[in-house]
Amino acid sequence: MIRRKRPVAGVCALLAALTAGLAFPAGAAAGEPTGQDAPKVNLVLDVSGSMRARDIDGRSRMAAAKQAFNEVLDATPEEVRLGIRTLGADYAGDDRKEGCKDTAQLYPVGPLDRTEAKTAVATLVPTGWTPIGPALLKAAGDLDGGDGSKRIVLISDGEDTCAPLDPCEVAREIAAKGIGLTIDTLGLVPNVKMSRQLSCIAEATGGTYTSVEHQDELTDRVNELVDRAAEPVVTPVATEGADSCDRAPVLQSGLYTDREEFGQQRWYRVEVLPGQELRASVSVAADRAVRPDYGVLLRAVTVHGRETVRGEATGNGRTDVLSTGLRHPEPEREGEDGDGDKPAAEVVCLVVTNSFSADSGVKTTPGLPLELTVDVVEGPDGSSDVASFGLGRGWWLLGALILTGFLAGLVWGWLSRWRVAVWRTN
Amino acid sequence: MRVIRVLGTALLTLGLAAAPAAADSSPSPSASEEDGAPTRAGTSFRTATEVEQGQTATARASTGDYLYWSFPADAGQRPTVRATVRLPESHAAETWQIDVYDGLRRRQACQYGAQTRTAGADTASVELECVLRTVRAWSEPWADDPLPGTYYVRLTALRVATADLGQPVGAELRVDSRDMGGAAAVDGALAQPLVPGIATPVGTDLAEDDDSPTAVLAGLEPEDGWASGWWSDRWLWTAAGGALAALAGVAGYRLTRGSGRPPGVPPHA
Repeated sequence: MIRRKRPVAGVCALLAALTAGLAFPAGAAAGEPTGQDAPKVNLVLDVSGSMRARDIDGRSRMAAAKQAFNEVLDATPEEVRLGIRTLGADYAGDDRKEGCKDTAQLYPVGPLDRTEAKTAVATLVPTGWTPIGPALLKAAGDLDGGDGSKRIVLISDGEDTCAPLDPCEVAREIAAKGIGLTIDTLGLVPNVKMSRQLSCIAEATGGTYTSVEHQDELTDRVNELVDRAAEPVVTPVATEGADSCDRAPVLQSGLYTDREEFGQQRWYRVEVLPGQELRASVSVAADRAVRPDYGVLLRAVTVHGRETVRGEATGNGRTDVLSTGLRHPEPEREGEDGDGDKPAAEVVCLVVTNSFSADSGVKTTPGLPLELTVDVVEGPDGSSDVASFGLGRGWWLLGALILTGFLAGLVWGWLSRWRVAVWRTN
Repeated sequence: MRVIRVLGTALLTLGLAAAPAAADSSPSPSASEEDGAPTRAGTSFRTATEVEQGQTATARASTGDYLYWSFPADAGQRPTVRATVRLPESHAAETWQIDVYDGLRRRQACQYGAQTRTAGADTASVELECVLRTVRAWSEPWADDPLPGTYYVRLTALRVATADLGQPVGAELRVDSRDMGGAAAVDGALAQPLVPGIATPVGTDLAEDDDSPTAVLAGLEPEDGWASGWWSDRWLWTAAGGALAALAGVAGYRLTRGSGRPPGVPPHA
């Protein structure tokens, strides 16, 4: 049965390949619609009293920031929705409670009116406290809505003065809430403590931290970050894995995110037709301080609990993510390809576990960010031999063939000579 | 199935030989104007900047960043990834590392090359290198052999003093590969290369306003497209072997059969 069907399938495949090959340029097949909403960027600027310090190329930090903003506003790509938020701009008093609430939206996130935005920036005067945590929370709120990429660029010159609310925790919670929100931080003339805090904020959301000591560095970096926000990026779909296969969500080909706590199992289901191949890869991000030895395990398990293939990764030291992947070809079932019946899809369960751990005192919720890609493609062609089509190669092969040919020739020649001799005697 | 596909591909190749290569090497948006080499690096697998083999990608970054690039590699190639990091004028000792991952985000081993290197205090630059294993056309699903598809490179500082975090550095990345020829030609083939997101359907109604580039996880292909996997120099070796065997056979025959009739037999018999 199968043998008879194969040529037909082959011809179909050939036709399909021909049309596909002619109709589309190669490579156009890989794709996924992005969030079609415009990318949003919120620039969060520290306007605390310390911004008066004159240590950036001989000018005050505020002046440097203003100049950078002017240049960035000129260079912002058309499609980016840009907003500006300040922290510590209004309250000059000594009341810590008041000072820590001091954050305001200077220019709302939306289509950019360059003149208006520049005028707003020009009015800023270094004033108050440095409430980074509350400002980040508000800034994330400003970016709410839409499925485009979202980015907060935080420019600060001092560490947060509003403990106990740890801005790093705030960043992690923001990342857990919104999909695809990245916080990049820039420290103006930073000290060690500030570097640690700002890079912690950045790492919690997959962003970058840059220390700035010169005017042009500031402008270049902010420009680059805004440009980066404008680049199209595949937005993952949020999903929530279950703790067992039968309750697990069914995933199609695509890119997904989830959260996984320390030591937790996450199960997903994928339907694979016979003859198809499931490709899955998973990355678990270390968005907080974790102990230096860790691992990730991804397993493909049948509904009956039999493991078919696994991908495992272990690591050590500083890292952003740990990732692994697997391929699971579903074998073609013999003798079931009868009369137009669509073969039943096989359910493959994917289990993700991690062996990250953290010291006590590190928050365990929300879980670590998990990214899962699933691709179900046509299965591979099996290999019946180690070498391509069983062909040979090399001098040994030539020698062996020549020797065999020669011996065969000898025997043949001897045989024919013997035959002639026999014929002669008779 | 495979034989038919191979024949089909051969026909296609013949038919399209005259047509210009359809390889869609749309430059990534961060490409510079002159030679199309990227001047930026991504910060995650998802945002990795795509680099062609033979291009020199540059990026300005900060110490502590995780920089990601991706490049396509096809069967029979043995890619070598080289990275140079230019460090700031004054810094403490820093350890830098490149890691290479395949299209399934599995870490790939380096055969040789200094994958990790420590730059002493105030060194101007550090150079890293990773020579991957030869990419095979097929492997068992339980193996993690390199397969044709997208490869990711991650460059980062492994050990760095907190005071050095965020300091500006320049990074340069170049991927070249050596063609290993028929020695690495294995049997079997993947239906599609290990390119992440290859099974995701293309947005259909988005095609109308084509100005905005569609985001893909990985879109680059090797210069001449993905190899179909049927050609290798094993065909030449085998054919040559066959021809030589035939010649040797004739020689052997003539040796024992003699030049005509057996000796002592009169010609008129």
